[in-house]
Amino acid sequence: MFDHILSILIFFPALAGLFGFVIQKDSVRAYGVAVAAIEFALSLWLWYAFDANVSGMQFMEFLPLVPAFGINYILGVDGVSLFIIILASFFTMIGIASLSDTKNEKNMIITLLFLQMTMVGVFAALDAIVFYIFWELSLVPMLYIIGAWGGPLRIYASVKFFLYTFAGSLVMLVGMLFMAYYFYQATGTWSFAILDWYRLILPETFQLWLFVAFFIGFAIKVPMFPFHTWLPYAHGQAPTIGSVILAAILLKMGTYAFIRFSLPMFPDASVFFMFPIAVIAIIMIIYTAMVAYAQEDIKQVVAYSSISHMGVIILGTFALNVEGITGSVFLMIAHGVVSGALFLLVGVIYDRRHTKMMSEFGGLAQVMPRYATVFGLMLMASVGLPLTINFVGEFLSLLGFYKQSHILTLLAGVAIIVGAIYMLAAYKRMFFGNVTNEKNKNLPDVNTREWLALIPLAIITVWLGVYPKPVLEPINNSVESIVQLMHEKSITAEAKERIPNLIKDAEAATSAQEAH
Amino acid sequence: MLEPINVSLESLNLMTLAPMLIPIIGALLIITIDIIKGGLHKTLYVGLSLLFLLMDFGALLDASGVFAQNGTVMGVFDVMMIDGLAILSQFIIVGASMLFIPLALTHKRFHEFSYPEFFALFLFMIAGFQFMVATDNLILVFVGLETSSLALYTLIAMHNRDKSFEAAVKYFTMGALAAGFYSFGAMIFYALTGSVEINQIASVLTANKFEDMGFVLVAVVFMLASFGFKLSLVPFHTWAPDVYEGASAAMAGFMSIVPKIAAFIVVMRLFEFLVNSGVVWLEIVIYAFVVVTMTAANIWALIQTDVKRMLAYSSVSHAGFVMAAVLIGTTQANSALFLYWALFTFTNLGSFSMLWISRQKHLPAYQSSDHSYDKFAGMIQTAPMAAVIMAVFMLSLAGIPPFALFWGKIYMISSAVNADYKVLALIMALNSAIAGYYYLKLIVYMFMREPIVGSNGHVYVANATLSLKTIIGFAAIGTIFALIAVNPLLEFITSFVHASGF
Repeated sequence: MFDHILSILIFFPALAGLFGFVIQKDSVRAYGVAVAAIEFALSLWLWYAFDANVSGMQFMEFLPLVPAFGINYILGVDGVSLFIIILASFFTMIGIASLSDTKNEKNMIITLLFLQMTMVGVFAALDAIVFYIFWELSLVPMLYIIGAWGGPLRIYASVKFFLYTFAGSLVMLVGMLFMAYYFYQATGTWSFAILDWYRLILPETFQLWLFVAFFIGFAIKVPMFPFHTWLPYAHGQAPTIGSVILAAILLKMGTYAFIRFSLPMFPDASVFFMFPIAVIAIIMIIYTAMVAYAQEDIKQVVAYSSISHMGVIILGTFALNVEGITGSVFLMIAHGVVSGALFLLVGVIYDRRHTKMMSEFGGLAQVMPRYATVFGLMLMASVGLPLTINFVGEFLSLLGFYKQSHILTLLAGVAIIVGAIYMLAAYKRMFFGNVTNEKNKNLPDVNTREWLALIPLAIITVWLGVYPKPVLEPINNSVESIVQLMHEKSITAEAKERIPNLIKDAEAATSAQEAH
Repeated sequence: MLEPINVSLESLNLMTLAPMLIPIIGALLIITIDIIKGGLHKTLYVGLSLLFLLMDFGALLDASGVFAQNGTVMGVFDVMMIDGLAILSQFIIVGASMLFIPLALTHKRFHEFSYPEFFALFLFMIAGFQFMVATDNLILVFVGLETSSLALYTLIAMHNRDKSFEAAVKYFTMGALAAGFYSFGAMIFYALTGSVEINQIASVLTANKFEDMGFVLVAVVFMLASFGFKLSLVPFHTWAPDVYEGASAAMAGFMSIVPKIAAFIVVMRLFEFLVNSGVVWLEIVIYAFVVVTMTAANIWALIQTDVKRMLAYSSVSHAGFVMAAVLIGTTQANSALFLYWALFTFTNLGSFSMLWISRQKHLPAYQSSDHSYDKFAGMIQTAPMAAVIMAVFMLSLAGIPPFALFWGKIYMISSAVNADYKVLALIMALNSAIAGYYYLKLIVYMFMREPIVGSNGHVYVANATLSLKTIIGFAAIGTIFALIAVNPLLEFITSFVHASGF
């Protein structure tokens, strides 16, 4: 059973989605919740069976697909991907459970189940083409969710989302084909297996070009400044569930892919581009924070703040040391939980008032005290209050980058303060003061269905903020092996210096102890 | 005094003719039946055609077995040449025809299918295409080309609409021009080398190191123009959208596949040695053809308001994409051409069949043309199954994995990468992104718009019968589960292409 647990995790929701077609319209939500809950239980089982002390890939599966061209169905998880898979199944579950009344509910739930297949697939794939298949396929359900259930501009937003990402990933595909070709030239066999590619040491010029090709695909997905313009539209028009999945999981595909592909495959290019990317990341943090401050629509505030925090993740990733990358992986999970929760919360108020304009609200804390409490908690987590989940990730990311550059880290730190300003300002406008709008007088507080989704998120936010070790340790182990691989593979002197050598450091530490 | 010529029957190797003779016999049989007893139902003729195509397919299987053992077989005074390319392309030709012919069994009655001549002409046409690909001789290519083209013009015109006549005449005029160009080109090659066999032409030209470059240039330009028309390469594509629009949807789907693969084979035989022999300007010219055809057709397709015209431009663009194989010219590229076209057959024939089953005889007021985008608005709500299948075909055409055409695309782009055509690979990839828009447009209409008031799902399957649905089912399964077929297909194709020295 453990041998194929990843395949089961990937294809169980899709299969269940197919069966979903025969379920009667009104019963389909219960079916969806049941399937998603089974999937979540399976992913927890995966965590249980996962050996946290092993840094390499676990639960590997192998099946030849197109052996003549080196394409194989290879799966596996390590500490980096494990928790994102769990997060994906978790969010699908609470997303379906808390789904507010939508038209064509059946189509929505089946689409979500297919989307879940692609999400798990992306994070479990260890073959570039299999990765690419799921990566592209994930666009289709999202296109449908935004385009069919979105706001007035939904078609524009969904098509923009699709084409932007599609164009980027085609450039990435060309990069993958080049990578496979270089591998073929070096070894004489075709292979798209990522673990095979890890062993290939490329000259620096090749690395730079390939890095750029992959970067375009990933950067659009993240989305990094200046490729971010599709995201506010997508978030602005998407239904709540679409925004939640998009922010919590789909954006993580880009940052995850940086760690899975760009860093270990092109260590020298990563060092070469470290500062340009860090500058982009900081522009992204500051600029989108300022844009967020100017928004009138609470959902746009959350959307821009989400982009802003993605900047911190990128910064941590390109710290190229264990602290930074571990922090960024942790922050991916934290950002998923927190921004997913914030989008859910925005959805709660949107269901009641059918507006997202902050000027329409005010004094909600008196009418909806529970709602205000949860919102406040998530907001504090979002700005990085210590003892909440985001703090751990942001702190580690910045700590990692501090080792590379003090000035840039300082700038990024300032930007986080800006984040606090706009979030608190938004909170003040919505929740404090007197109830000025008549329509807000009798709003019902959070109902059971919404509690169902919000309580687990609140618990995770605090739990992992106080005690992050169960998650942090497996991540740390896997990241260490990635960093060590990068150090060994790098060829330029600068890269050798920038990427720490963990074995040497460890030896130095033990010899220092012995000397005492 | 003339010596009597003794030719032993064995040396003629008449078995090489078997795959072509089978459809010819079938066509003659159909005509004979009609003479003896007229007014028989179309199902009889569909059944007979299918039977003969099946036998044809069997003969091809036999020929492929022979090829796998003995290599290329020459026959009939060395005019026929059964090599790997000939066999692979005939598989595609006959296979696509077998998928096409049951589309005649529509729910509504259409004029052309009531004539047995339709089916006879169809089988003659198939034989013509088979002759065209199974020879090295420019004269036999011409005979095959004209046999099939004349039959095809008639088949289009038999649809019996104003637009079909227009389409047939337009296609005929362009085709006649192309035939003229072709014979001019062939004539110059003959004058230069004293031979009409492509391999002879190649060896003579290489032996004298292309000393008459000017004449080669003229010949190649004529040939390029001729095949430009047949393959609808930009700027010789102008007939394509109008002809596709005028022909019935099923016929348009057929035209986007079978005549083109036949022309591609001749282009491969003729041009690849020229490109690879270091004729630099030819490489540049074909490079330009490839890029312009892909890009311009994609941009025109963006602004179409009719799905059928959009698909017409899309197949022009696909032809440009595949033309890259002729430019690259490696074994991998040539294999990619066949892989692409085999997968394209399923997807494109499927999408045209979807239009075919929604064929209306009378247009409602809100519809400007038979297959306007508006017609498909909100299809997911009224005919969900049909909408999903259509969406799968569109996603496959756009190159979304894991659907069929993705594998053709990736292998083709990979062959460009491996032959160091970096920029071309990037252009091919980005063109797929542009193309994504217009395929997506149909999906947007089907899934995200509200249905037109008063429309029920019936219009989308108005013309459907069990046999049409079966064909669409085949096409859909082939499109969705291509993943499984890619590896055996690729190995088979590569071994055949490699064994024929391409």
